[in-house]
Amino acid sequence: MEFLFNLISGISLGSIYAIIALGYTMVYGIAKMLNFAHGDVIMVGAYICFFATMRFGMPPLAGVLLSMVVCTMLGIIIERLAYKPLRQAPALAVLITAIGMSYFLQNSAQLLWTSSPKVFQSVVGTINGQTGLKLFDGALSVSYVTIVTIIVCVIIMLALVTFVNKTKTGKAMRAVSEDKGAAQLMGINVNTTISLTFAIGSALAAVAGVLLCSAYPTLVPTTGAMPGIKAFTAAVFGGIGSIPGALIGGILLGIIEIFAKAYITTQLSDAIVFAVLIVVLLVKPTGLLGKKVSEKV
Amino acid sequence: MGNMVPIPSKGYMKESDMGQTPVLEATHLGIEFGGLKAVDDFNITVGRTEIAGLIGPNGAGKTTVFNLLTKVYQPTHGTILLDGKDTHGMNAIQVNKAGIARTFQNIRLFSSLTVEENVKLGMHNHTKYSTLEGILRMPKYWQEEKRTHERALELLNIFDMAHLADHKAGSLPYGAQRRLEIVRALATEPKLLLLDEPAAGMNPSETEELMQNVRKIRDTFQIAILLIEHDMQFVTGICEGIAVLNYGKIIAKGTPQEVINNPEVIRSYLGE
Repeated sequence: MEFLFNLISGISLGSIYAIIALGYTMVYGIAKMLNFAHGDVIMVGAYICFFATMRFGMPPLAGVLLSMVVCTMLGIIIERLAYKPLRQAPALAVLITAIGMSYFLQNSAQLLWTSSPKVFQSVVGTINGQTGLKLFDGALSVSYVTIVTIIVCVIIMLALVTFVNKTKTGKAMRAVSEDKGAAQLMGINVNTTISLTFAIGSALAAVAGVLLCSAYPTLVPTTGAMPGIKAFTAAVFGGIGSIPGALIGGILLGIIEIFAKAYITTQLSDAIVFAVLIVVLLVKPTGLLGKKVSEKV
Repeated sequence: MGNMVPIPSKGYMKESDMGQTPVLEATHLGIEFGGLKAVDDFNITVGRTEIAGLIGPNGAGKTTVFNLLTKVYQPTHGTILLDGKDTHGMNAIQVNKAGIARTFQNIRLFSSLTVEENVKLGMHNHTKYSTLEGILRMPKYWQEEKRTHERALELLNIFDMAHLADHKAGSLPYGAQRRLEIVRALATEPKLLLLDEPAAGMNPSETEELMQNVRKIRDTFQIAILLIEHDMQFVTGICEGIAVLNYGKIIAKGTPQEVINNPEVIRSYLGE
């Protein structure tokens, strides 16, 4: 029963990683850059939701939606101001800009909202005073947050895969990801497509931030940093650029982390997660679902 | 270059295109890359339904001309009138919307997408539903997806390729990939279609078939086609007007007969 509990917790934590990893993987797939500020957008999303619900008494769902809207705009602005001017610059310049943007967001949050921790109240309410389901005569208790997280992750995945495969905008995204130049000559606006990718990634980051803080309620300006790095790891693990890869990578990473915590040692759980990543990359350098890129000669 | 052969100005304009605004009129077009004049004083007029050829030795600047016309590069000199409208200041997307579509010398399909998706991408700007309508799958989405699906199959049928619609573009044989590129370009509803070495790597019977199809495309869609090609049989067999480029400059223009008998062209390109 303990195993089942850990498995469900792992899948739930992994679902959050997966939602964050989607932002990394889509931006990488289309703009060919690693947006290290993505983790901090999560933090901003969580703060927005915190203030909306706790300070202004908005209903939880409205708080989540507001937080999504704000993060979407934030994502678009970050791309326009920080990354778009560097479209032709070497990859390293963009990478360093992204790291700078990450610190900028963290420090701004500290300035605006101080570094004293906020206690985030779960957006998932209670049913009959219970915060979760009791199964097998109470031997297994699963919180509603856990269940909601998994469901939300599945919905997001299905919606995103359908969007990318079935709509003209999604097709344009895949075309831009393959060949920006040719896409442009077919009349596809590459800049709009990249903006849209950032918008979607950031909206998902807001959702992830809210879910993360609902499960782990301490909110500080560096809240997004570690999950951001882990979700990036998950994206690489699953094969960066691949949407199903982000899901598989995220969930596996969550399970490994929780199992490492439960059965090995809490202190080393992060080290174990990264060790597994290293092993996977040694065996399969493109990640689990990554495609082999053959360089044109 | 004192011994330049006089260039017949619009000597090969098709009769049916006479008196109409030419679809393309480029004058004094040029681009320099750090002092090197890749294309210099390039002039061409293409009639509304003309099939025109651009030939010349490797490195003469033929593909650069295509890149200038499609605004992959912004020309440093000259003007391009598309359908009488100056394309100055337009970018690649705007020029495509204004009516120029092209294929590439080295095939640039979206190879992990299906054949039909590639064609639908060509129709991107003619697919009339918003991103939101797409996400929410409103009636407009279904209508437009159905219309573009049918249109894509129709276009693919020009080359008898409708049965390949669900195959990955990258998995098609070479010749079919070249044909798909033409279909994708046609899907953008151009007035002027630029084909960069459409017959490259094709065997004689494929080349023959391609000639018929290029003519069929012109006749069906009533558009102009400007093509770069090394296969002289193909060029002389299909083009109504030909321009010869060498070292970035036009050295001869005229009907196929005029061009292949031009001593300058024979000396620098065709060989004695």
